Amino acid sequence: MSTHVLSLLVEDKPGLLTRVAGLFARRGFNIESLAVGHTEVPGLSRITILVDVEDAPLEQVTKQLNKLINVIKIVELDPAQSVQREHLLVKVRADNTTRSMVLEAVTLFRARVVDVSVDAVVIEVTGDSGKTQALLRVLEPYGIKEIAQSGLLAIGRGSKSISERVFKN
Amino acid sequence: MTAETPVPSPSPSPAVPASGTDSGTPEILTGSGAIIKSLELLGVTDVFGLPGGAVIPLYDELMSQTGIRHILVRHEQGAGHAAEGYASASNRVGVAIATSGPGATNLVTAIADAYMDSVPILCITGQVFSTLMGTDAFQEADIVGITMPITKHSFLVKRPEDIPAAIASAHLIASTGRPGPVLVDITKDAQQKSAPFIWPPKLDLPGYRPVTKAHGKQVLAAAQLLAEAKKPVLYVGGGVIRARASEELLAFAELSKTPVVTTLMARGAFPDSHDQHLGMPGMHGTVSAVLALQEADLIIALGARFDDRVTGKVSEFAPHATIVHVDVDPAEIGKIRAADVPIVGDAKDVLADLTAAYAAAVTTTTPDIDAWWTYLKGLREEFPLGYSEPTDGLMSPQFVIQRIGELTGPEAVYAAGVGQHQMWAAQFIKYERPNSWLNSGGAGTMGYSIPAAMGAKVAEPDRVVWSIDGDGCFQMTNQELATCTINNIPIKVAIINNSSLGMVRQWQTLFYDGRHSFTDLHTGHGSAMVPDFVKLSEAYGALAIRVTSPDQVDDAIKLALATNDRPVVIDFIVSRDAMVWPMVPQGVSNSYVQYAKDHAPTWEEE
Repeated sequence: MSTHVLSLLVEDKPGLLTRVAGLFARRGFNIESLAVGHTEVPGLSRITILVDVEDAPLEQVTKQLNKLINVIKIVELDPAQSVQREHLLVKVRADNTTRSMVLEAVTLFRARVVDVSVDAVVIEVTGDSGKTQALLRVLEPYGIKEIAQSGLLAIGRGSKSISERVFKN
Repeated sequence: MTAETPVPSPSPSPAVPASGTDSGTPEILTGSGAIIKSLELLGVTDVFGLPGGAVIPLYDELMSQTGIRHILVRHEQGAGHAAEGYASASNRVGVAIATSGPGATNLVTAIADAYMDSVPILCITGQVFSTLMGTDAFQEADIVGITMPITKHSFLVKRPEDIPAAIASAHLIASTGRPGPVLVDITKDAQQKSAPFIWPPKLDLPGYRPVTKAHGKQVLAAAQLLAEAKKPVLYVGGGVIRARASEELLAFAELSKTPVVTTLMARGAFPDSHDQHLGMPGMHGTVSAVLALQEADLIIALGARFDDRVTGKVSEFAPHATIVHVDVDPAEIGKIRAADVPIVGDAKDVLADLTAAYAAAVTTTTPDIDAWWTYLKGLREEFPLGYSEPTDGLMSPQFVIQRIGELTGPEAVYAAGVGQHQMWAAQFIKYERPNSWLNSGGAGTMGYSIPAAMGAKVAEPDRVVWSIDGDGCFQMTNQELATCTINNIPIKVAIINNSSLGMVRQWQTLFYDGRHSFTDLHTGHGSAMVPDFVKLSEAYGALAIRVTSPDQVDDAIKLALATNDRPVVIDFIVSRDAMVWPMVPQGVSNSYVQYAKDHAPTWEEE
């Protein structure tokens, strides 16, 4: 298997996410991560999907997604030609004996502490999947209490945008 | 209004006509009125439906108009299949109306069926008040959610001003590109409230751009491959019928002399009487059609989707063939079998382009397919379609079906149910024109036939419409005989009564050691005959006849053909031991096609 990042420009309509997610489930494809949000164009949203499939089924899932009436454009983002980021919030046990070591890890990973209490800190980190996973490994010995992780966000490098490609036609 | 009222000539273009309200202040209509007005302006003349709480406002408006004929069905599934039969017989969009909750869910089977066979139907369902949605209100069901996997698209409408655009968009989506079912779910308050009726509405479908015109280079490549091929075959699917491309297919086939096979969905796309036609491929296809595909060096697939019933074991299907795949749906290309030359486009346009490109290609390349034709014609002569007389003294179902076709002729419409009788009807009736053969191919929906025949008769009142049904199928949807009698829709039903779920029984005989588990229906010879189909049909107001011996067959069919003041049902009591042959057992290569039980033809080994 190999992972692929698909970026979908979609109409912001009720049920759209169900249509997209349902298609993956129905055709037997697994969504690794998903991120949805508004775009620079009112009424349009962008869905970034990380899928783990071979090339042939990827082509099939892309074609099937393209058939959804509310899907306007799909591009696969090549890691070398795009910026890809995850956002992670992690609550770690940190008391007087361990806090300085936890904070050291935060500094090393260029993460940020966004909340402090007597026996825990909440750390925020942004980066690619390798970086967020590495931070988690370093923090694990101190005791991870809770994790909230976003889906992957990705955008192509350079000056072109997906919506420009659609609307110039 | 009677069924004999000629329907206005079909407007094949689904484009939204720019008529309706004159300039000036738009008319104020209720949402219900807007539904009907929109349908009228889209050219819809007939709808099938059944009222209920959430569509009472719509039905109130239906009563006070004359532009649309509403046919009251007895079950919503009947409305759905009738809409399918209407669309499949005429290439016009079929329309079904149902209420919320169970009314809508009763449409689900027909919607799934239309999705599998790319039938353009528009389903309008009522929904509970928008203020009640999500509260488990009486007769509430999330029909948009339920049908998402089986519709081409769906709309939920909560405001009357959104109705014209939703109906027009649904009609457009259903009938263009790869056709399919579209559902419009409209809340009761949206039907009741009023809004200015603005026509044509602005259609906002930025994500819907079906490709019709194919890539020129690919067409040239395909034509060149055909000119060079030694063993080419045209693998014609239902897409050719949906694209109204039969004339273009005939021209292309005759120019190139290529052998033609027509799938179950494409029967009639190419005349059966044509010398280049090898018949139907697939699990129950002719030996010549099955082996033409299997041994081809070039397959040009036209609106066909390499269904498992055609390919047999996919990894061993047509191992030496280069594949040219023409389809209007890009997702079909490469889905099952990789295409060497993918062509996305409408079959009608592509075939015209291919014909021109082939004419150019043969100026430099001389085709040589004589040896291939000699081989295929040999197969066709050695293994014609046929059947042996049953040994139990009962009638042969194939004989009955063949006589129906011979006495009725190719101008009729034949709608089959699902099972053995469906295969025999595909094999033993000769189809000469598109839209004359209706069946549930992809979904295999038992019960399709009677409501589909009813829909076809409404669409094409001047044609004879036969429902070729089984005793199992008949018991699923025969309630629509009431609809036919009351609304003067004189269809003819032939029940091929073998007292069993015959196709399952055949598999049990062949592959399950003859253990006939729960396939006996007790409707035919030597059984309790429950129900008695003749009495049942008479109760529905039909002319009902029982036929038990071959010498009665012709007279019964002739009486049915002469009777047009009511539906006719003929209960043909046939042998239950008759089997559908040839057959490629499931999961094996098409090379193992069996002409009859334990009788496999020899074929060329490469």
